[in-house]
Formats: sequence, C-alpha cells, structure tokens
Amino acid sequence: MSQNIDTPFRTSLLISTLWVVVRYLIIFLVAFVLFGVILLIAGKDPVLAIKDTFSSTLRSTYGFSEVIVKMIPLIFAAIAVALPSRVGLINVGGEGQLYMGAWLATWGALTFTPLPPWVLLPLMMLLGMIGGSLWAFIPAFLRARGLVNETITTLLMNYVAPSVVTFFIYGPWRSPGNALYPQTVDFVPAARLPTFWGTRVHLGLVIALVLLVWYWYVMTYTRWGLEIRAIGGNPQAACRNGIPLTTYIIVVMCLGGALAGLAGMSEISGLHGRLRPGFSPGFGYLGFLISWLSGGNPIGILVMSFVIALITSGGDILQINQGLPFAVVNILLAITLFVVLARPSFLKEKKA
Amino acid sequence: MSLLSILGVISSAIFSGTSLLYTTLGETIDERAGIVNLGLEGVLLVSASAGFAVTSQTGNPYLGVLAATLAGGLMNLLFGFLVITRRANQLASGLAVMFFGFGLSALIGKPYVGARIDGLPRFILPGLSSIPMLNTPQFKFDMLIYLVVPIAILIWWLLFHTRWGLRLRAVGENANTAFAAGCSPQLIQYQALFFGGLLAGLGAAHLSIAWTMTWAEFMTAGRGFIAVALVIFSKWHPIRAIAGALLFGGAVAFQLLLQASGIAISPFLLDTLPYILTVLVLIAWGGTRKHAAPASLGRVYQGTE
Amino acid sequence: MVDNSLALSSIARESTVGAEPLIALRGVTKAFPNVLANDNVDLDIYAGEVHGLLGENGAGKSTLVKILYGFYQADSGQILLNGEPVSIRSPHDARDLRIGMLFQEFTLIPAFSVTENIALFLPDLKAVLDIKGIYHRINALSERYNLQVNPQAMVSQLSIGEQQKVEILKLLLSDARILILDEPTRVLAPHEVKALFRVLDSLRKDGYAIILITHKIKEVLECADRITVLRGGRVAGSLPRSKASEDKLVSLMFEKELSILQISQKSALDESVPPLLELRGVETRGEGAETSLKAIDLKIYPGEIVGVAGVSGNGQKELGDVVLGLVKCVRGTKFLFGQDYTNRSIQEVRKSGVSFVPENPLTMAAVPFMTVLENMALTDARRYARLGGLAMDWQAVKTDVEDTLEKLGYSFSLYVPARSLSGGNLQRMVIVREMSHNPHLIIASYLTRGLDVQSAIAARQALIRARESGAGVLLISEDLEELFTLSDRLIVLYGGKIVGTFKPEETNIYDVGHLMTGSEVQRVSKY
Repeated sequence: MSQNIDTPFRTSLLISTLWVVVRYLIIFLVAFVLFGVILLIAGKDPVLAIKDTFSSTLRSTYGFSEVIVKMIPLIFAAIAVALPSRVGLINVGGEGQLYMGAWLATWGALTFTPLPPWVLLPLMMLLGMIGGSLWAFIPAFLRARGLVNETITTLLMNYVAPSVVTFFIYGPWRSPGNALYPQTVDFVPAARLPTFWGTRVHLGLVIALVLLVWYWYVMTYTRWGLEIRAIGGNPQAACRNGIPLTTYIIVVMCLGGALAGLAGMSEISGLHGRLRPGFSPGFGYLGFLISWLSGGNPIGILVMSFVIALITSGGDILQINQGLPFAVVNILLAITLFVVLARPSFLKEKKA
Repeated sequence: MSLLSILGVISSAIFSGTSLLYTTLGETIDERAGIVNLGLEGVLLVSASAGFAVTSQTGNPYLGVLAATLAGGLMNLLFGFLVITRRANQLASGLAVMFFGFGLSALIGKPYVGARIDGLPRFILPGLSSIPMLNTPQFKFDMLIYLVVPIAILIWWLLFHTRWGLRLRAVGENANTAFAAGCSPQLIQYQALFFGGLLAGLGAAHLSIAWTMTWAEFMTAGRGFIAVALVIFSKWHPIRAIAGALLFGGAVAFQLLLQASGIAISPFLLDTLPYILTVLVLIAWGGTRKHAAPASLGRVYQGTE
Repeated sequence: MVDNSLALSSIARESTVGAEPLIALRGVTKAFPNVLANDNVDLDIYAGEVHGLLGENGAGKSTLVKILYGFYQADSGQILLNGEPVSIRSPHDARDLRIGMLFQEFTLIPAFSVTENIALFLPDLKAVLDIKGIYHRINALSERYNLQVNPQAMVSQLSIGEQQKVEILKLLLSDARILILDEPTRVLAPHEVKALFRVLDSLRKDGYAIILITHKIKEVLECADRITVLRGGRVAGSLPRSKASEDKLVSLMFEKELSILQISQKSALDESVPPLLELRGVETRGEGAETSLKAIDLKIYPGEIVGVAGVSGNGQKELGDVVLGLVKCVRGTKFLFGQDYTNRSIQEVRKSGVSFVPENPLTMAAVPFMTVLENMALTDARRYARLGGLAMDWQAVKTDVEDTLEKLGYSFSLYVPARSLSGGNLQRMVIVREMSHNPHLIIASYLTRGLDVQSAIAARQALIRARESGAGVLLISEDLEELFTLSDRLIVLYGGKIVGTFKPEETNIYDVGHLMTGSEVQRVSKY
C-alpha cells in the first residue's frame, strides 16, 4: 500500500527537507552572529567559545557521544510537542509531563526490583508513558470541554511536577547515603537501559529514533495522520467531514504527554540510574523550541535536536572555560526562535 | 500562634505580594489590549538583574529601580515587535522572551550573585506609627509597597475613565471595531506593552532591590506565570488584582508560617500550593472567565497557528 | 453639543420642493472578475426621504452602497454631493462627508456599555471621559427619535433590536446625515420592525436622508418614500411609493420572461416507503446575527429532489447544518432513514450515507494545504484505510475519484494543494467527493455557485442520476430557474420558517418571489 504512494508525496518530502536544511543554516548563522555580538559586549570571546565547543564535542568520539546523550531526551520532547501541534494544540507542559513520567517509572524501578530487565524495562517505559499521559490529560480534558485554555494550565503544572518529585526524593524514596545531594537509591541493573560502546549513549536513543520514524509514518501514511492533519489544517472542514474533534484532541494531547514521560524515563533509567531533583534542564521547553524551529518535520527534529544538544554542550564549555553561567545559552536559543518568529522575508516557507 | 506571627504572615504577604501585584497590573494592561505575555518570567528576571546590578554598582537603589523599570519596558517592546509588527504567535514569542530572559539575566547578574546591597529604605507610614500594635519592625515597608495600591487605583482610573483606556480596551475586545472608530490598534498595543513592561520592571525591582536584596538565577520562581494567572483570577480588573496578589503572597507566607510552627508538611508540597491554587481557581472560574476576558485576547486562545 | 436637527430641517424644507438630491450616483459601474456587479447605475437620494433599495441577492445593492461608503471605488461614474462631485476613497472619507452605514454585522463591543460603545466613535471625545455629558447627549437624541435604550446597560444584555438602536445612535452622534441601512430588519422581530420604522419616520422629518436596503417588499411599501429596484446590476425601475405595488415590484425584481423550463420526467413518488429525512417541529437557536429555525417540518423521500428557495440569510445555512448535525435542535426531532438522529454526531450522520456540499468550499469543506487527492479521502477515510488504519490505499481513492470525474466530465489535477485551485475547481472537487460512494441523501448548498455552464449542467445531471438511483436531495439554491427545473417539490424559507410548499408545476416565479420577500400568497398547496 505504502509503495503505491504517488511520486508527488515523495517529491514533496524531499523538497521540504531540502528547504528545511537551507532555512536552518540561515537561521543559525544569523543567531550565532547576534549571540556573538552579545558575548563581545559582555567581554567574552565568542570565537574562542565556538572553537572550544567544537574541539570538545566533535573532535573526540567520547565528546561526540556526549552530544548524542544530550540529544536523546530532546528528540522525545520535540515529538511530544510536534504531534499535538499537528492537530493545533500547543503543548508547553512537556516539562511537567516528563517529571511525572520519571516519577512513575521510578516507582516501578523501586518496587519491582526482582523482575528481569526484559520485563522491567518495558514496564518502566509503560509507566513513564502513563505518568506523562495522565499529567497531560487534565489540561487536555479542560481544553476539549472548552473550559480552560491548555497553555496556562500546562505551564502552571510544570511548576507543580518537579516539586512533587522532589518531595518523594526527600521523603519516602530517599537514599540513606548522600546526605548532601538527596536522591533515590541507585536503580537495580535490571532497571537500567543498556549503554553502548563504552559511552553513556543508551538504548533510549534507539527508542527515540524508532518513535521519530513512527511519528513520521503515522503522519504521512496512516488514516489517523490524515485526519490529524485535517484538523490542524481546517478544523471546521474536518468537523463537517465527520472527523471527531474532541476525541482526537484528548488522545493526541495524551500521546504527547506520554512521549514526554518517556523522555523522563529514559533520562533516569538510561543516563542517571536514579532519580535526582531537578534532573531536567528544561527539556520540555527545549522540545518546544525544536518543534517550532523544525516546523514538526521529523528530519528537522533530528537535526535540530543534535544542534541544540551541541549548543548546550557549548554552554557547559562556556561555563567552565569562560566563567559564564550555563543559562547564557538560552540567549542563543532565544535569538534563534526570535529570528524564526520575526519571519523575515528571506525565510518565506510553506507549511508542511 | 501569636499576634507576632500573624503580623509576620501579613507582613510577608505584603512583601511577597507587592512585586506580584505590580507585575499583574502591568499584564492586566497588556491583556486588556489583547496581548498575553507568557514571557513575563523572562522580563522580570532581566529587570531584576539589571536593577540589582545598577544598585550594586552605583550604591543608589533609586537608580536601580529606574533601571529595572526601563529594562522591563524595553523587554516588553521587544516582545511587542514580534507579536505586533511581525504578527508572530503570542505564545511562542512569549516563550522565546522567557528563554531570552533566562539567559540575559544570568549574564547580567553573574558578577553580582550573592552580593548584598542596601536596598530601598523601609519606614513605617507616619499614620500607622501611632497604632501601637502595628508599630513593629515587621510593618516597616518600602516606598514601592506604599505606592502599589495608589498605582493600582490610578490604573483603574486610566482604563475606565480616560479616552486612552477606552481605546485600549476596545482594541483588546475587537481590533477591527477599534480601527473602524479611528484608532490605531498597533500603536495602542505598543503603548500598552511599554506601560505594562514598566510596571513589571517595578515589580521585579521590588523583588530584588527592596525585598530580598539579593540576586540569584531564576529567583522569580514562576511569578511571571502566576501573574498571568492572577490577571485571569482578578477578571482583568486592577482593583481585584490587589486581593488576588495578597492571597497568593499569603500562600507563600502561609507556607513559611507552617514551617515555622513545626507542622510537618513537606516544604516541597507547600511549594506547589500557589500553582495548584491557581489551576483550581482557573478551573472553577472557567465558565465565567470566557465572558470576562477581553474578546480578542491573544490568538493564543484559539490554539492554532 | 452639536444640534443637528435645526440645520437639517431647513435642508429638508428646501429639498422636498424639487431641489437637488442630497447625494446622487451617476452612471456608476463596477465589475469584479466574474461578474458585473453594477451596470451604469443612476440613483438620487433626497434629504428628508427614506429611499428603499430593493433587489435579490446578487442584484448589486450591496456593492452599490459599499461604493458610496468607500469600501470600493467605482470603475466609472460619479458621486455627487449637493451637486458637487466628490471622491470617496475610504470609509474615513465617507464619514467626513457625513455618510454613515449600519451594517448587518454590528460593530458593537458586547462587553462595553452602550455609552462606551458610542463614546468610542465620537469624533470629539475628550481625553478624560465625560460620561455624564455623553449620557445627556444620548438621552436627548433617543428622546427625539424614539431610540430609547439604557445608556448604562452592557451591550451583551441588549436584544438585537436594542443593539440596532445603539448602532443608529452611534451614527447620529458621529454627525452622519446620510444613513445607509443594510437589511436592518433581517434580525428583528415584527414589533421591533415597527419600532424601527417609527425611528426612520422621525429621522426623515428632521431632514436625514435614509437608504434602506432590503429584499422585503412589504416593508419597503410601508416605510419608503421612493423605491429603486436593482436586478442583475442594473436599475430595473425607480418609482415613488404611490405608484408601487407588490406585483409591480416583484415583476421588477425577477425577470419577466423565463426561458422554457425543461422540467425533467419525474417518476411518481412512492410515499409508502419511509422517508430518508424527516424533520418534525425542529427549532434551532441562532447566535447573534444567525437565523433561528422555527417549526420546521420537512420530509424527503427516496427518489425526490426537494428544492429550497429563499433569499440567502433566511435560514438556509442553518437548515443544512441541522441536517448534518453541526447545529443542535433546541426542539423537535430529526429522523434519518427511519431512525432518531437528533443527537447523533456528524460522523454518524455521514456514515449513514448523507453527503453535504457546503456553500463555501474553501472554509467549510477542504483543507487548504492538503492535496486534492488527500482531501478526497477526508469524508470517509476509514473506507480507504488498510491494515486497520496503518496505511491508506491512495490508489483506490484515485480510482474512485477518476470514476466520478469521468461521469461528471470534470477534470482537475489531483496532486496540487487544494488552496491553489480556482473557486470553480474547488467547488467541483467538493462535488466529486460528495457524489462518490452513492450517497443516500445529498444536501447541496448553492451547488452550482461559481461554476460555468458546462460544469453546472454536469452537476445537475449528477443530482438527477442520484435521484434516479433512489437517493434524496435537499437542494438549496438562489437560482430559481435551477430550482424549478430540478425540484420535485419546492419549499420557500423566509425568516427561518417554511412559508410555502409546492410542486413546481403548481406555482410560478412570482408566487415564489412573493414568499421569498415576505408577502403572503393565497394559494398554498397541501404538501
């Protein structure tokens, strides 16, 4: 069936990808220049910063692998925003959803310790998805009922989730050692996503990539993707054609939450091996950024996640080498988003 | 619970709520003109850090307040450029401003982390000092606190009793109608954003210069979002915002009180109190809210872009 | 405080004595890409008169007044104010010339009070609002012209009739002296219409010039001093009220001669079979300016085409939407194929075999950025889903579409985004989609609008074929010829009610025209 897709679909995918690449290059060029100016004003050396970033990340295999590690949760978070955006929803609750996903997955890790990994890990994944999904259900339901707009509720709930998690870490799940840095006990090996080639890159990468392909496939080839795109493109026409709007809104929003929950689960299971307070440096928001910058295009998401991961690695370097607070990378990210939002004429694009 | 601790709660509530109130007043003006600024968090951070930095450098808290206020106005103008002139999606632009604020404030504030300043002087209002009960150090407030309620009243008057306010509200209800009446919606929205930004800057100034007198990254802890929620809670009315700000300032103070009283509720759960309260209020008021909101409030509320 | 009345009454006394018209249009012509909206129109409006501008939809009334109000510029012709040519390039210019327009959609802000709404439009508003002062001005005018309304009330709490009063006050207080009212009675209840006429009468006496656009003959006979009828962009006739009558006006509005109508052979209707669609006492509640349907009883049997005649805006959209399920019945029941579908979803309605060609394909039926082929699958995506939804059989979609294209004789590209299609092609696309899969009930709303003759014929033939294979059709149209040719039964919608039901051979254009414009007709058939 999918082989019968006419050439125009394939061609349009190719063209849109090419166009997306060109757009990125221009956007980042402008953003880097502006960021460089700001660094100069602050008395720092932007060229040095870029050099340092590249040498520590792309020169060595380990450095490169660290970038990949940073990329994993970003891909999840980006799809968590991209999928609902196709139906016209704006999911800014990724941050809260991923904390709740991590929370529920941690519960699984701490409770079901005797299980073998090939049972425990999928269970944790499921719990992660459920946690994120439930956190997304409340705003989704309220939005579908027309009661409250989902942006404000999700943003407020983003502040609730980390506190709940911290409560559990300081409370029932507290590890007896480590008085200085509260965290849970280390997860049993069965609860850890395996890593590859002596680096910290973990199975979460594979899961994320699979989901990216899944996202692309669903949106391009399936009936649901068709109906989702119809809702996003013209809700009135979709409604008149019999597509059930409310159902899709709730389901898709919860799916977004589930994906964000998976981001949380993969971080704590694959990377950290325990639940720590504040383990997310804003993945949810970065996911939003990536989704917006890439316009929901799957290859764009992949590329952007990599670039953002690169930039955040650069932030670490800036902090170490030039004494700048890590948060400064947010300026670069913000400028990038500014450039896209300001829609200068040289970036005229057609929506996918 | 002694009288002292009750007074302490009230005092904390007032200190905590003042910056919230200024910010809410500013956002009320913006939203009355039809614009939602979800980047308030970033605006507040930049203003707070700028004000703190200037105060620390010059030793003059008044200059610091001025700097913070202007910074707020400028940040809002940046936001305005995106959403008014470039017609960008208000939500995404707001979040971009938020990111920008995170980073810029960190940059500005870096040299001053942990520094101590002499903030705005505190004094008891001459009238109050004659009441023995209130004549305690806890009721020494700074000038921004004393000014906030009069300013709220001024804003109420501006919105409902002047031509500028009428036109501003008209733009927020239906820009087309306002345009048909001869207004320039774009100009009015810029004015609203600038004015609102100044107020947000004042709020941020109070936070870093008058109350805590420190600077730390992300010190606003979500107040920008609470302010947006407070605007809804107070039904876009400056006077009702006073009660709202006190309530939420009180929630924070209440949390401190509980801790001090030794009641064993985890501070983390108490941390969530203001936000959960806000969400519940939003849900409870959900039905009526739709009729109270300015009709053209941010195309954010359609959710599509 | 501006006192208009004295100045204007002096004008009035002069001008009713055969003086110059206050405002005149000479030879105004305006063409749009597909249609000649105004063709060499002359119009004289005097101070102190109510001038009725009568015509069907598409006759050109709306375009004409929009030229007068500065929304459009005429291609040729002149506008003369007191004999002097003027140029009106924008509504701003029009307002400077003291021309005011009351639109069908009110420009009121529901959350504001009456006073605030009026204040917003006052040309001389002070920086600090003088609410009391504005109250007084409002009260003075409302006293004088029967426009009583509570200045402190919030507009959202006012009835539509009261809101209209506010709009008129707004015009008066912003110093207009030529008032253009666009179909003002469409949203009014009968007693409110009477009240409006009293207002117009008192304004007229004070020298205001009023242009009243309408399609309702009875009303225009009641309140207008002179009447101009537009038809097909031209002035069909202009006469004082004393010389006008219902019949005369109807004959001016609708064409005198009709080409021989090809009424196709219709098989006898089998009424023992249950109807495809039955509406019993259906009522809907329209929001704002939408029309509410009242007491709709309608049956459509297999193998019949029911035509719905009426001037657009009298409930046609709501009728189609209520059958589809988009609009809820406040009262009454809806049966489809014998079952109660009153509260079922649109999806269920469509699944049962109902097709819908809406009046505005771009906003109501198509997803602009998706390709034509993708749009074709939207109404019944499940049919083409394979592997439980995991894949779509686009080949099958293509085949079905090409099938229907051949039957209809249409052709357009399948792989371009829908938004790049011309209006006509978009309409064809929707027709193709809705006519595929042998629907049992077709709701066609302005089916041939925007189509060239060939395509229109093909679409109509498709309806006939559908009817022959046992489907039922609800055909909403403003083309009387089309309705007469195709319908087995004809109903007329006016003000949200069905005011007449006939077989086409029992009636004629004039009777239908009367009903469409609100007059009553003696003969009403039993259906």
